[in-house]
Amino acid sequence: MVEMTGAKALICALEKEGVEVVFGLPGGANLPIYDALVDASILRHILVRHEQSAAHMADGYARIKRKAGVCFATSGPGATNLITGIATAYADSSPMVAVTGQVPLAMIGKDAFQETDIIGVANPCTKYAFQPRTANEIPETVKKSFYIAESGRPGPVLIDIPKDVQQEKADMDFPELIKIRGYNPIIEADLSYIGKAVEILLKAERPIIMAGGGVILSGAFSELQALSELLMIPVVTTFKGKGAFSENHPLAVGPIGMHGHAEANKIILEADCIVAVGARFSDRSVGRFEEFGKGMSIIHMDVDPAEIGKNKSVDVAVIGDVKSSLRTLVKMIPRNIVKKDANDPWLKRRKELIDYYAETIKDYSRDITAKKALKKLRELLPTSAIATTEVGQCQMWASLHFDVISPGTFFSSTGLGTMGFGFPASIGAKAARPQVPVVDIAGDGSFNMTENSLAVSVIDNLPVIVFLMNNYMLGMVAQWQRTFYNRRYMGVHQNRCPDYSKIAEAYGAQGIRVQSSEELEKAIRLGLKSEVATVIDIPIDPEEDVYPFVAPGTGLKDMITGA
Amino acid sequence: MSKFMSTTSDTTINEEKISRPLYILSALVEDKPGVLFRVTNLFRARNFNIESITVGSTEQVDLSRMTITTKSDEKTLDQLVKQLRKLIDVVEVKVLDTDKTVYRELALIKMKADTPTSRMDITSFASIFRANILDIGKETIIVELTGTPDKIDAFKNLVDHYGITQLARTGVSALPRGTEV
Repeated sequence: MVEMTGAKALICALEKEGVEVVFGLPGGANLPIYDALVDASILRHILVRHEQSAAHMADGYARIKRKAGVCFATSGPGATNLITGIATAYADSSPMVAVTGQVPLAMIGKDAFQETDIIGVANPCTKYAFQPRTANEIPETVKKSFYIAESGRPGPVLIDIPKDVQQEKADMDFPELIKIRGYNPIIEADLSYIGKAVEILLKAERPIIMAGGGVILSGAFSELQALSELLMIPVVTTFKGKGAFSENHPLAVGPIGMHGHAEANKIILEADCIVAVGARFSDRSVGRFEEFGKGMSIIHMDVDPAEIGKNKSVDVAVIGDVKSSLRTLVKMIPRNIVKKDANDPWLKRRKELIDYYAETIKDYSRDITAKKALKKLRELLPTSAIATTEVGQCQMWASLHFDVISPGTFFSSTGLGTMGFGFPASIGAKAARPQVPVVDIAGDGSFNMTENSLAVSVIDNLPVIVFLMNNYMLGMVAQWQRTFYNRRYMGVHQNRCPDYSKIAEAYGAQGIRVQSSEELEKAIRLGLKSEVATVIDIPIDPEEDVYPFVAPGTGLKDMITGA
Repeated sequence: MSKFMSTTSDTTINEEKISRPLYILSALVEDKPGVLFRVTNLFRARNFNIESITVGSTEQVDLSRMTITTKSDEKTLDQLVKQLRKLIDVVEVKVLDTDKTVYRELALIKMKADTPTSRMDITSFASIFRANILDIGKETIIVELTGTPDKIDAFKNLVDHYGITQLARTGVSALPRGTEV
């Protein structure tokens, strides 16, 4: 037992959890925490310019480290600004611990200055929200928060600490072990179900693996590859699962979904058996739930029991961490099976579809297009580089034209679709893995939303590249207005404002506007060498659409290829 | 789980039968502030329809029991149970088998009873339904009735034309019979 303030206990507890960096912004109600930060020995504080970015940075950091990212904000508007980032992490099952200041206990419920019922606000987008009422609860609360955030299906946890609880002195006991009786996230997969899955798989003529974000979250890359290679099963991914399986692997087909690869959308419908691994059959991935997977056997492997049967009824459900389930599944496959070779009709079909669509879907003839730019970027980046994306056309182009070679190096706001995620997330990723290049694949609309994080990138020495495909448009909305609203544009034009290279320079970063593919190549090389952030402003045609396209509310079979 | 369909008419008194498919869920939850909010917010956010929810203390000091009734289809019920189990403050959720469960609801019904005939009628109905008269005034009468939701509906229909001026129902509380837990 040691006597200290609640704020000091918070910092100690975070350091005991191995936290090295927090992203935050101080205010009236979390001043005691910031005062305790002054004496922190391990914790590095990174000052953001808007709390939303703090949460996205913590999220980006978490996705690389596969442990909870931490962000701080004050009460009221500080806390509500965090919410978009927290909801983003929740939708993508990213572990996070967000710590907010709150007005003193006696002021709660009195509509005090900068008071918000953040527990109520955060409830639907967190795994749990704590409000310690005495200082001595803080160490245990922190321990529980990390346990909840990182275990099972990961997600964000909020700790809301009233100011007087931060200031209160108490004898602190830092528990090593905690137990939460209503929370039992570790489920060992049932062997009999894995056995059934093996049985179905061995009988299947046209099996396909649909790898989701769960594979990345549990780091089950080699296990997934082992299964695919052992039975020669082609692998499609969901968009969240992009990077679960190397996209230059001979069995890879790419992401499915609204803007998935045409061959992936096509092949999955021709399969007779789907193994969904860490995927949740979201509308963006499979189109209409009722239509998808008809006449196929579906094996669903997921850590979250509530995902089983939520969107899609399945034949076999294997509940548990997908890494260990996959490992067991691979072990249970007899080693004397006859391995398919390249003459297998199903594998030939994979090749045929890829070749067909490579031939059919043509790129625009201009010197710089999104596709050409992204292919160039991929060519020049080392495979270890990390890519994040913004949201909209840029994101979907990234899905289509930026191959992820090294698993777990691609991150996007896929569930909530938060514009402004990519840039701060790339800074968080850089903080987590400073030795590799980090690129935010961006559009102008999204970059606008969190571009003030340039200050953080420059001042905290976290140089990233913003690969800004600029059509001065909210391009995806414009595409929908072109497609579904008879070109009646409203609210999509950015009117050539602002000048992004000047914005970059104003923050002390490097801004390069390119006009040709040669200049683009030069700019990427400069960005990779730069010691400050680089914004590469790449003009693209505002009329350039993203294809293929599965319109909302339709099925994958209704895909429009634009060819 | 059993779905119970009853063919009994509205006025039949049969304590063990209910007139429509109804599921009864029993959940043990942490007895602390905010738990009811988390549960009801989940129902709202996921579009679950519930008929009633009751919360009260149990044999264990730090646990409350929530009894939830719903008329969802089986798929929705499955999700409801799984989503409830995901809540960290929810320690245990069971769907009770209505055949092996006792469940009761309490209702307070205030009716117009301003003539000797109406007072007589209501009093005699109350005795048939084993209800208690809690209050009689010159204008109104208050009856306390305990039973299945179906029995309460039946009584309500029977006395409706006297003019129900106020009604308060508690929602269902339930426990499995015998040694079942």
